[in-house]
Amino acid sequence: MLNNDPISRVLYIDLARRSFSIQDRSDLFEAGIGGSGVAIRLLEEECPPGTDPMSPENPIILAVGPLVGMFPLGSKAVAMFKSPHTGNLGESHAGGRSAVAIRMAGYGAIVIRKASVSPVYVVVEGDKVYFRDASALWGLNSAYTVGTIMRQNEEGSGMRTIMRIGRAGEQGVSYASVITETYRHFGRLGLGAVFGSKKMKGLVISGQRKLPVTDKRAYRTLYDEIYKVATESELMKKYHQLGTAMNVLPLNAIGALPTRNLQQGTFEGAEQISGERLAEDYLGRRVACAHCPVACIHLAAIRYPYPKDPYFYKTSMIGYDHEPIFAVGSLLGGTDIRGLFHLLDEAEVQGLDVMSMGVTLAWATEAMHKGLITTKETDGLSLEWGNYAQYVEAAKRIVNQPNDFYKAMAHGAEKAASIYGGLDFALTFGKNEMPGYHTGPGCHLGYLTGARHSHLDSAGYSIDQKAIAKNESLTAEGIASALLEEERWRQVLTSLVICLFARGIYTPDVVQKSLALVGFERSAAEIAAFGADTLHRKFAFKLREGYDPATMRIPRRIMETPSPAGKFDEELLRKAIAYYAANV
Amino acid sequence: MVKRLSVLDAERCVGCQSCMFACARRPGVGGLESTSIWVKSAGGIRKGFAVVVCRACSDPPCTKVCPTDALVNREGGGVKLHAELCIGCHNCEEACPFGAIFWEDTQNKPEICVYCGYCANYCPCDVIALEEINRPVSNTLDETKAEGEASHAQ
Repeated sequence: MLNNDPISRVLYIDLARRSFSIQDRSDLFEAGIGGSGVAIRLLEEECPPGTDPMSPENPIILAVGPLVGMFPLGSKAVAMFKSPHTGNLGESHAGGRSAVAIRMAGYGAIVIRKASVSPVYVVVEGDKVYFRDASALWGLNSAYTVGTIMRQNEEGSGMRTIMRIGRAGEQGVSYASVITETYRHFGRLGLGAVFGSKKMKGLVISGQRKLPVTDKRAYRTLYDEIYKVATESELMKKYHQLGTAMNVLPLNAIGALPTRNLQQGTFEGAEQISGERLAEDYLGRRVACAHCPVACIHLAAIRYPYPKDPYFYKTSMIGYDHEPIFAVGSLLGGTDIRGLFHLLDEAEVQGLDVMSMGVTLAWATEAMHKGLITTKETDGLSLEWGNYAQYVEAAKRIVNQPNDFYKAMAHGAEKAASIYGGLDFALTFGKNEMPGYHTGPGCHLGYLTGARHSHLDSAGYSIDQKAIAKNESLTAEGIASALLEEERWRQVLTSLVICLFARGIYTPDVVQKSLALVGFERSAAEIAAFGADTLHRKFAFKLREGYDPATMRIPRRIMETPSPAGKFDEELLRKAIAYYAANV
Repeated sequence: MVKRLSVLDAERCVGCQSCMFACARRPGVGGLESTSIWVKSAGGIRKGFAVVVCRACSDPPCTKVCPTDALVNREGGGVKLHAELCIGCHNCEEACPFGAIFWEDTQNKPEICVYCGYCANYCPCDVIALEEINRPVSNTLDETKAEGEASHAQ
């Protein structure tokens, strides 16, 4: 790396002592490059075996990479922590301004240790760190308001990110999110609950600086090549036109859109919740992460009348993507757009991971149908497919936790099902709720084995879809090795840190060239080996913390509902998991 | 004819900030240390963005308050900085009602658009463009709009 590049600086913040220090960790970045590669090494250093995720000993690690602030779509920050939701490796990525702000503040990584005794929000302005009293912000109804107040109170020149939690994080909902710039999130695996356990309401980071390169002319040339592909090629069109919501109809057409808690793979109301329909009727604004000309963030403008007061209206701007639409749309069997967006907005107000919330509510709806729970458990609510008024109330109760049932719901579908029954249709993988793809065994193996239990880990859905297109049958070994190959490469991209939507732009050749320009001379073989090693380290951490590939639960429902790649059985999945674990 | 950077329609801005990175990249460095254009949220991202950049006033308030004539009027509109004369007093920064004079802390000098148009090459949404200043007919709807957007950032 280059001598004058601040990427190697790590900011250590101690919330108990309200102190901080800045250390040069060139060793760490030479070996781990950035992002996932650096974060897993810091987690190994900072998180002792068996750490209680809600204890002060659980560290929060935020890491960016050398391409952030340098090249288009170098726009993601990686968070690592022990997840209170799964009790294992927590890794979550966010866009917005988070990555560029951390880089511009002059850091490659930030480590947050211990816990504050009273509510606090932390402000990082370049080399200065302030601890602000957040007692008055604790308990505020809306995470939107928290963001507004921090934005007004803090001056901070340059690029700025405002990360904050809602009440879900304060109340220890194990899938509480951290919201950054309102429409992007460290959404999955409960970073919001870890913030809450540390009494940290928010983290504001800002800064402004230049970053060195090895060759000025070559830098601008490569930048232009990448920018051209990002803005002109077909590769990125789908993201900036309809956004990820363009997946709804194609997935539904092949029977891969999880519907009513995956009792079906097709949804009769798919057209009404499709990216096409939403763009036509509701798209109010498109927004980008810092340094990303693609602008995939889609905001719907929804006008809500006040039921009892004529001529009073509220117009809300609510973000949508494929995953939220799946989680609270098809999976909850609803097409009432105002209701659907009201539930999305409630997740934003409370600071809940919308995917885990939707999947948990879907389990509860089916459990109610089957008589496993009654209105006694639900505190009077009748959970019914597509009834958003009841779902919004349920989301509030998940945060407020008025009884044992909602205390269980606040820890996800697997926890609730382990108490009330219905594990066979609790759609969780390693305790984390599923994403919106039911393409075949490949996607589910990805959720079962992937480091984040996310469809983005290893793109199993893509392996399924290729097999469907070629009419090939999938073998356990074939799927597992394809997943491994993809996931190893993705460790490279999430170490740089490049948005995975740009994976078609950042080919191995472009990665090698761009890394060299920021002073990381690596051969193609070294880069590939680095990706494999990073995945191996993450897997080793998971094994250390109790992940057992041989005995992990596979929800029966995924094998009952036909997928476009055909039916598959537990034996195939078990064989593939074993192959993955043996070769990772 | 002299040129200036025009904000054609800030409503189309997605806030990617590619223009800012372009301005900072001109000397061949990454990051954002020296940029003369800023894209800011117009009071939270849900309300969209404001583009703040020198609009090349025909009667600029910033030059009037420069005590050393480091910042002077450019013929035809806009300003020119003679950095060697600048004493870093910040008067110009305070005088600009659009907040379009930024500060370069390392040199302790103002950072003002030089009307090169490099940033406009990197706007994916046609929000900004380098245009010739044509004062007599410039009082169009677009012009008024650009003014409104810039002042909105205050």
